Amino acid sequence: MNWIITFLKSSIGKKLLMGLTGLFLCTFLIVHLIGNLQLLKHDGGMAFNTYAVFMTSNPLIKFVSYGLYAIILFHAFWGLYLVSQNKKARPVQYAAYNGKANSHWTSRWMGVLGTMILAFLVFHMWGFWAQYKFGEVPYTIYERNLATGEITFANFEGEIAGKMERYISNDTEFTIVKDLYVVVADAFQELWIVILYVLSMGALAFHLVHGFSSSFQTLGVHHKKYNALIKGIGVWVFGVIIPILFAIMPIYFKFFI
Amino acid sequence: MKINLKVWRQKNNKAKGELKDYKVDHVSPDMSFLEMFDVLNEELITKGDDPIAFDHDCREGICGSCSMHINGRPHGPLAGVTTCQLHMRSFSDGDTIVVEPWRAGAFPVTKDLSVDRTAFDRIIAAGGFISVNTGNAQDANNLPIGKEQADEAFMSAACIGCGACVAACKNASAMLFVSAKVSQLALLPQGQPEAKMRVMAMVNQMDAEGFGSCTNTGACSAECPKGIDLSNIARMNREFFSANLTGK
Amino acid sequence: MSNILDSKIPEGNLNEKWTKYKSSVHLVNPANKRSLEIIVVGSGLAGSAAAASLAEMGYKVKCFCFQDSPRRAHSIAAQGGINAAKNYQNDGDSTYRLFYDTIKGGDYRAREGNVHRLAEVSSSIIDQCVAQGVPFAREYGGLLSNRSFGGTQVQRTFYAAGQTGQQLLLGAYSALERQVGMGQVKMYSRHEMLDVVTIDGKARGIIARDLVTGKLERHFGHAVLLCSGGYGNVFYLSTNAMGSNVTAAWKAHKRGAYMANPCYTQIHPTCIPRSGDHQSKLTLMSESLRNDGRIWVPAKKEDAEALRKGTLRPTQIKEEDRDYYLERRYPAFGNLVPRDVASRAAKERCDAGFGVNATGEAVYLDFFYNMTEKYGRTEATKKGIENPSAAQLKEFGAGVIKEKYGNLFDMYKQITGVDPYEEPMQIYPAVHYTMGGLWVDYNLMTTVPGLYALGEANFSDHGANRLGASALMQGLADGYFVIPYTIGDYLAEEIRTKSISTDHPAFVATEKEVEDRIQKLLNIKGIKSVDHFHKRLGAIMWDKCGMARNAEGLKSAIAEIQQLKTEFWSNVRVPGDANEFNQELEKAGRVADFIELGELMCKDALERNESCGGHFREEYQTEEGEALRDDVNFAFVAAWENQENGWKLHKEDLKFENIKIAARSYK
Repeated sequence: MNWIITFLKSSIGKKLLMGLTGLFLCTFLIVHLIGNLQLLKHDGGMAFNTYAVFMTSNPLIKFVSYGLYAIILFHAFWGLYLVSQNKKARPVQYAAYNGKANSHWTSRWMGVLGTMILAFLVFHMWGFWAQYKFGEVPYTIYERNLATGEITFANFEGEIAGKMERYISNDTEFTIVKDLYVVVADAFQELWIVILYVLSMGALAFHLVHGFSSSFQTLGVHHKKYNALIKGIGVWVFGVIIPILFAIMPIYFKFFI
Repeated sequence: MKINLKVWRQKNNKAKGELKDYKVDHVSPDMSFLEMFDVLNEELITKGDDPIAFDHDCREGICGSCSMHINGRPHGPLAGVTTCQLHMRSFSDGDTIVVEPWRAGAFPVTKDLSVDRTAFDRIIAAGGFISVNTGNAQDANNLPIGKEQADEAFMSAACIGCGACVAACKNASAMLFVSAKVSQLALLPQGQPEAKMRVMAMVNQMDAEGFGSCTNTGACSAECPKGIDLSNIARMNREFFSANLTGK
Repeated sequence: MSNILDSKIPEGNLNEKWTKYKSSVHLVNPANKRSLEIIVVGSGLAGSAAAASLAEMGYKVKCFCFQDSPRRAHSIAAQGGINAAKNYQNDGDSTYRLFYDTIKGGDYRAREGNVHRLAEVSSSIIDQCVAQGVPFAREYGGLLSNRSFGGTQVQRTFYAAGQTGQQLLLGAYSALERQVGMGQVKMYSRHEMLDVVTIDGKARGIIARDLVTGKLERHFGHAVLLCSGGYGNVFYLSTNAMGSNVTAAWKAHKRGAYMANPCYTQIHPTCIPRSGDHQSKLTLMSESLRNDGRIWVPAKKEDAEALRKGTLRPTQIKEEDRDYYLERRYPAFGNLVPRDVASRAAKERCDAGFGVNATGEAVYLDFFYNMTEKYGRTEATKKGIENPSAAQLKEFGAGVIKEKYGNLFDMYKQITGVDPYEEPMQIYPAVHYTMGGLWVDYNLMTTVPGLYALGEANFSDHGANRLGASALMQGLADGYFVIPYTIGDYLAEEIRTKSISTDHPAFVATEKEVEDRIQKLLNIKGIKSVDHFHKRLGAIMWDKCGMARNAEGLKSAIAEIQQLKTEFWSNVRVPGDANEFNQELEKAGRVADFIELGELMCKDALERNESCGGHFREEYQTEEGEALRDDVNFAFVAAWENQENGWKLHKEDLKFENIKIAARSYK
């Protein structure tokens, strides 16, 4: 196994770890986005809340999510470690350095953008994940008419075992669930939080404009025929569409609800 | 033309350096950048000052000696040329130009604008060759190599080892230099027998020299006077993975 | 005549000499090789190839170069190609033909034995380089491509775009670095050899200066190989690199090595003309361009005058008003006459008032015809276009030209600011190569036992004029395929010689001399810079010992150079001190040697009362202005011995047993 360590300790191996974890996080973003799009459904948060329960109860998903947290932390701190290593490679800085003449600024600011994203993640996890897990989150009861599909909901004052209970009675489906949706909706009433989220999505966008295609280069995927495609996905899907969709959510809650 | 210069002066590797101001009058637009330095040095010598040390030799863009970081860019404002091929017509009368040596821990300053690039030689010595002793070769045409492949190998082999890639890179990474040699030999059938050993040895030496790692900014290739392509770096990454995953 | 000048050419038939020599030369067994040390000075094609090959054989090698890396030696700048008698093109090439072309091209002033050996090993060089991974140009079928060069009627030149020297040197450099990595070669970059140490008449080491710290170092070797290149920079302006110098060879000369044919200088016909007084060097445009470029000046003087004033563009001159003077004078070889002939013809036209730039010293090298008619039409045919327009022809042709010479065209545009795809290039001859050098025998040994000279540093293979693409061939031949054999002949006798301590009095004394000289240079503290003297020397040499020479000019040049020498040693200013990185001090030492060499070159040129190759004496020419050789009185190698008060001439007679010596005609 020595060879693996030697391999990963080399400069290219270190970068490989960044590239692979980065790409993994890109795929997670897609999953996370699909889940969060439930917030935009007009169902009083039922879909979103049941999704949240699923994500935090399914043993396989739980396992994956702990892996995900580890990878996020690894990607972040490994990145910071590489930045510090790379700084050492140039002990004396230039008095004049015209980086914009030869490279895109996103590629030179990955460490800063990444740190912004890390700070955002801390805030994001504290605000929602920790609240959901440890904070006082209200319960809501949803009544869905199975014949018409119509949903009504109200606060639930009683107690249930676990995060969710679901039963059917009189052609109506009752769902009592821990209401993360209301936490989200409340949080996004604060303008500063909305601004923070939108700006952070900006940082994410620019991080991915370079990061996505860069990880392919690190993996050795570079071919005239496909470079434009990879770059295009990096810019348009990960740099524009995904961050915008994420950013729409706080704006939606603040201004359209 | 009149040109103002801010030039890095540093007596030797151990001394502290600083930017000093100089004025050069009577600069002709047809002069090369180095000829402008010749004129300045001539003046400094006449005045009894120490002339500015800088590396240069062929003055036609092929030896890779010249190594000035001009206004924040290696080899100055033009793409695809070395400092010796940069002419003063690329500047305007009254310009202030900042001239510094290549900055990298692996390229310590020798004096003023001259740096020590022997790290590159050690990387080549680690594996940038095909092990064929003199006299062992078969007839050259016994090994046909497709034109496109030969041309691609040539494009990689065109590297002049000036170090502009390291100078331009925000991480002072030597990936473009190393990958150009790895690529040249990986593209040719002659290079195959020791391809895995080569890439591992060269990357190992590159890391030992203290160059930074590659973050794919592309600055190296953009500033390379010979236009060495980023595909070389991707190829070296592939070669390195395959060597590590499948080699001995 | 002194019997020291024994060329040691083996007996026997010309084409058996080298084979026989190789099978009978003394050998050194592998165990003994490990205890024999060899010093190689210079890391160009000859030096790198020799150092690598000798190390591969098991010798302990130390290699020195003044550049910061051995890869920067000036061989790297060679553009066009390397000759080899492969006959891959099936156009009648052979070892004999390459041999014959080289002897003839050298105007019958080279040794038959050496040149034939060079032609014999030429093929192996290509094989070796390809095996090393040198990416030569290839055809679509995967086989090697060739082009033609001046002075030949076959296509035998192998090339890698316009960077052949670079690719060959990087090949040799990689072989060298491989040995460095294995510990067989110890590399000393940024070190300059400043003297040879001789003990009991044999070369036993060198004194080198660490250019970074300024420290003088003593290095012992059982043999010393000088692969230090040519001395074209004696002219100040040349196509040589700024650092190219004669110092190593000159120090050897001072220690007893004879200097042969120093006046044979090659003036290359296709260089970018001078633009002003600030110029520090001249840039070559590869001879390969003459494959596709046609050289001309206006036929009418008034057109030339208008061009010089800038009121007329060359493209406005009609076909019938152009004088393609090479095609006119030499219909058989046309634009591909040898370099000396092409250079003199350009000078003749410019002297007659047909020069085309402001200085009056430029002619045109025009690609338009071949770009459109040759390549443009072929490409159009390939594309199935029957009646291509002029614009199409140009576009297609430019594509081909770009592929063949792209980097040269870019370089030209970069330097002059003129686009050669649109307007013809301006060119003028410039100093490029020196055929003369240290006298060596068949073993490449100088007159000092144990001291060898390889590549451009020796005089042996090119006679009075070198053919294009032959310098790379010779450097690599000497390094890869000649010295590994011939050095055994000497070292076989040295196996009992133990390493000599560098505390030996000879080392101490030589180092002292070097140190004294450095101190002397620093202590003059005059008012003129080193470059000032170098420029003046260059002007004297170019005016009086350049493309055309005459007795009167040479005599006055000698007097002027002697005067310059006195002035240099009393008025030069070398700033800084000895114990630091001091580029002015380096230059000062080199220029001091150039001054002495310049005098010897003029003396040699004055002595040679004939015209041959690169040596053109105005007194000796035919009515048509061609060089007039004197084979009765001057078919010899002039080898100059340095003596206390001047030089003594030794003559090595040249015997032509296999070639009928004849007037050289390219008509």
